[in-house]
Amino acid sequence: MLQETIPDLSKFVEPDRVRREVYVDPRIFELEMQRIHERVWIYCGHESQVPKPGDYWTVRIGRQPMVMVRGADGRVHVLYNRCPHRGAMLCGDQHGNTGAFFRCSYHAWTFHHDGRLRNIPMMESGYAGTRLSRDNPDCHVKPAARVESYRGFVFASLAADGPTLAEFLGEARVAFDDMCDRAPAGEVEIVPNCFRVVQHSNWKIFLENQLDALHPSVTHQSAGRAAHEVEKEIERRTGKAPLSYHMLSAFATVTIDKWDAFQTLNYPYGHCLLTGYMGLRPRDPDTLAYEAALEKAYGKKRAEEILSVNIHHVLIYPGLSVQPQLQQLRAVRPLSVDRTLTEIWHFRLKGAPEAIYRRALAYYNLVNSPSTMINADDLENFWKCHQGLASAGGDWVSFHRHYGRDVEKDGVVSSGPNMGTSEAPMRNQMKAWVQYMTAEK
Amino acid sequence: MARKTAPKSKAAARTPSAARASGALLQHDVEQFLYRQAELLDTRQWQQWIDLFAEDGIYWMPPDPSHTTWEGMPAIFAEDRNLMTVRMKRLLHPDAWSQRPLWGTNHVVSNVVIEKATPAEVHVRSRFHMLELRRDDVRHFAGSYRHELQRTKDGFRIKLQRVDMTNAQAAYDYVLQAWV
Ligand code: FES
Ligand SMILES: [Fe+2]
Repeated sequence: MLQETIPDLSKFVEPDRVRREVYVDPRIFELEMQRIHERVWIYCGHESQVPKPGDYWTVRIGRQPMVMVRGADGRVHVLYNRCPHRGAMLCGDQHGNTGAFFRCSYHAWTFHHDGRLRNIPMMESGYAGTRLSRDNPDCHVKPAARVESYRGFVFASLAADGPTLAEFLGEARVAFDDMCDRAPAGEVEIVPNCFRVVQHSNWKIFLENQLDALHPSVTHQSAGRAAHEVEKEIERRTGKAPLSYHMLSAFATVTIDKWDAFQTLNYPYGHCLLTGYMGLRPRDPDTLAYEAALEKAYGKKRAEEILSVNIHHVLIYPGLSVQPQLQQLRAVRPLSVDRTLTEIWHFRLKGAPEAIYRRALAYYNLVNSPSTMINADDLENFWKCHQGLASAGGDWVSFHRHYGRDVEKDGVVSSGPNMGTSEAPMRNQMKAWVQYMTAEK
Repeated sequence: MARKTAPKSKAAARTPSAARASGALLQHDVEQFLYRQAELLDTRQWQQWIDLFAEDGIYWMPPDPSHTTWEGMPAIFAEDRNLMTVRMKRLLHPDAWSQRPLWGTNHVVSNVVIEKATPAEVHVRSRFHMLELRRDDVRHFAGSYRHELQRTKDGFRIKLQRVDMTNAQAAYDYVLQAWV
């Protein structure tokens, strides 16, 4: 194990392998929260989650309880969920509406939606001659240092300095462009339901799995096979099985060699992307109606460009996994070194036919809900990984697959041709990790 | 006095005591059916459990008690017999990794209240408590069932089994693998 003081963290990460302590040492976890999650841009929620003034959702950024709230002026604010008086959380519920202002449940200090103090009961008589006055920043609710949104997706950073959201996202912004462009109205809207699932493993194990093209046909064999058998049976009976069966059976029928035909793209700040899409482009009447709506909105050429974007998954490091073609995302909230909460959301393409929404909804329910037949086996593997890494059975985690064959161009690293199962995305994430963890403070 | 929920068959309505007897019989039959439903789950007789459902029967677990339909809505479960068959085949597959560890459930069903009974169907609500053991961990789930049962010559068939978990809105510590 580590000594009392943590030695040079850069020694824990080599380009093709990582020491196990990075996943299981609680002190490293605390440092990660300080140096990564509580500094970088973290996804808070979508603007359509808080449509009316006073609407709020609570959210964790690193270890910090925050609240995202819509102000009377229409702006979305992200504040520490903490009363400046004696520290009580202002919002005890997961979400709700504050009314015209926040009112602390302990001694009724009230605050505007941007965090400014509104009123303290009997302030003049109670505080005359003390250090506390309206000019004192300590009597306002502390806001996140920076809040920005991109196409309706709200991010906050708890550090005053650092790249802008646009710089941070860079080319990985395609996660949101691909999702929103697919809507004839050019934007998406939240489906008001959040599935929340706790994983018994380190947060990085989940992220490293997201673009791991080597695992689906192994891990998800049972669910894929089962769906494939029923899909064939329905086809035999009725001629055509719903697309949702294909979404499940592809986990077994797309074998490892086929996954290799896809490609990983690896961006600065640890973001990465896997091409390929299980749903392909079906030619059923619903799809055709949708494509017609898209052509009407954008013109034939642009619509075709939008439809031919071929992305399976985009990872916005360190806290967001996006499936733009299915309008779904999973936000990662590390709870402790071995517990990770995922918040799973689905979005509606504005202006698209109902059938298109329902098709993606089937994936949300079958793959991403708490009764998932797919992620269940991922979570089992994550737990096993965490247990194994906590052991003294070895010091290193291997990311050697296709190492040395990556192709770099203009700051973007792609896995080589026919190397979709490359471990380049894991290497890229750890590269960002080491930069964050060893940066001058 | 005849209960509002008793079947309106002429024979049953003839005398108050006959109606009461028939109501008690129905209550008994419905309870036995609900116990069997739970027992098939606990004994992992998946196919027999699926066979309790009508051809167009649905198993539905909404994520929010305010939901009134599964169609077009996010749902923890919304499965017809085809999807149930997928889930069963997965549970039985030797490489369902997460199903390999020691796993078992124990349901207790109670508070059975018949809401409506006609010659064709019975609507009944009840409460359940389920303990689940997985590896060394115990989890508890509790909530209410609402069954829309069809009367057939072979007994009841489930048109709709709605399961409202009391903890539906809480974060799930790990996932649900089988029906509750
Ligand atoms: S702690 Fe909030 S008003 Fe006192
Ligand atoms: Fe997976």
